Amino acid sequence: MGSDSISAKRKFHIGAMGLLIALSVALTCGLTLFLIGYILASGLPHVTWEFLTTSPSILFGRIGILPDIMNTIHIIMATLLVVLPLGVGAAVYLTEYASNQRLVAVIEYAAETLSGIPSIIYGLVGMLVFTGIFGTSLLAGALTLVIMNLPTIMRTTQESLKTVPQSYREGAFGLGAGKWRTIRTVVLPGCMDGILTGCILTVGRILGESAALLFTAGAAHKLFGLFDGLVNQGATLTVALYFYAKESGEFDVAFAIAAILMLLTVAINFTAALVGWWFKKRRSL
Amino acid sequence: MSNIITAEDLCLWYGRTQALRQISIAIPENSITALIGPSGCGKSTFLKTLNRMNDLVPGVKISGSVRYEDTDIFAPSMDVNLLRREIGMVFQKPNPFPMSIYDNIAYGPRTHGIKNKAKLDDIVERSLRGAAIWDEVKDRLRKNALGLSGGQQQRLCIARALAVEPKVLLMDEPTSALDPISTSKIEELAAQLKESYTIVIVTHNMQQAVRISDYTAFFLLGELVEFGETEKLFSQPECQKTEDYITGRFG
Repeated sequence: MGSDSISAKRKFHIGAMGLLIALSVALTCGLTLFLIGYILASGLPHVTWEFLTTSPSILFGRIGILPDIMNTIHIIMATLLVVLPLGVGAAVYLTEYASNQRLVAVIEYAAETLSGIPSIIYGLVGMLVFTGIFGTSLLAGALTLVIMNLPTIMRTTQESLKTVPQSYREGAFGLGAGKWRTIRTVVLPGCMDGILTGCILTVGRILGESAALLFTAGAAHKLFGLFDGLVNQGATLTVALYFYAKESGEFDVAFAIAAILMLLTVAINFTAALVGWWFKKRRSL
Repeated sequence: MSNIITAEDLCLWYGRTQALRQISIAIPENSITALIGPSGCGKSTFLKTLNRMNDLVPGVKISGSVRYEDTDIFAPSMDVNLLRREIGMVFQKPNPFPMSIYDNIAYGPRTHGIKNKAKLDDIVERSLRGAAIWDEVKDRLRKNALGLSGGQQQRLCIARALAVEPKVLLMDEPTSALDPISTSKIEELAAQLKESYTIVIVTHNMQQAVRISDYTAFFLLGELVEFGETEKLFSQPECQKTEDYITGRFG
């Protein structure tokens, strides 16, 4: 009798548990899929060739996002150009040269903390510092993003420097290679995958960043040349999305941009996975 | 026969632990000197002092002197990179770089400024022949060196060390990670190499020391207990401790 009631109770528990789990899975998947489907369905129909390749014009009553695309590319390039040498250099110094381990630990901890700070704070600081020097411009925006992404690049590079076997370094030193040559020819090539992964993550973050850029890079939708673009104001895709939706009520445009951003994010994640896979294959050779 | 490396009163500390105690030894040119002794006796530490690889360990302190030919290797004017070019090293575990066989061998010469393609080709072939591995790899010089077997990798590392034309080769238990066949190949190779190089080899294996070395140094607890011709050291050791060790009373 007693054992029967226990097993009934247990059955109920198992059943309820299963139901709960199934429900949460369904909710998670359902919400995600709904969001993706909704954005694509409301956005993609408005993505036309003209939309992608023209500038907005009040005269022709036309909205095009080419300037925003170019601004995004500008910001990504400018940020990477500065953040990569800085971040990789800092990582190399901390891992290969620095002898004060306590100081290294403090810096690493600070970097961890910095990478968790809300981006709007970076925007605020960027506005006070960089727009003070360069004015509201893509350059000020890019420099703000440099500060924001520096910890990420530094930490991913550091982690991957640590995975390069010590025996490689010894081998190179044993042949009379100096420290710098060893780092350049043996250590850094051994951690290219980490640096690349950090790079791709950073591109993804820049693509999705709006708060920090609202403060620093402005909102112009004007097409600039390759180099004069940096000193002018300009909206990236994310910032443009915000302005089209919030200021001008152009929800079709906002959704079109959202759809594009989403596809780009998928592409970036895919590239990151591909890079990881490629390096893994090469290493297991 | 002249001595190529001379250590006098060499002491070494890792932090507060003393790893070497007043080592004085003169290593004869064009011969194989084996360093034997139980684990932690300082033989590897001593080996790594000879080309200053110990510099990489934080907290190392050294007193006494080591002379290579006629230069003090601890002199401030000493260029460590040049010293390591003269005194090459082969490590316990084969450590080829993750690049092609060719680039592995060419790494040293390139480091020291040789860029000429024909010259590099020549050095690569000569070094690989010198390490008795040319025939096995000549058709796949552009393939990744990590694809070789353990024994081949170790001979590749020897070839890589030979490519910078050192005078001395330090070998830190070079066969301990290898199978018996690869081990005997490396031993044969060492016997050939002593014609043109001086070899100092750390080994855990006393049979190996007997088989290949001309001189043997027995280390214990950071001290050099006995040093002499291998045959004599193993047949009529002067110290009781040496006899106890080589007869297997401790290890």
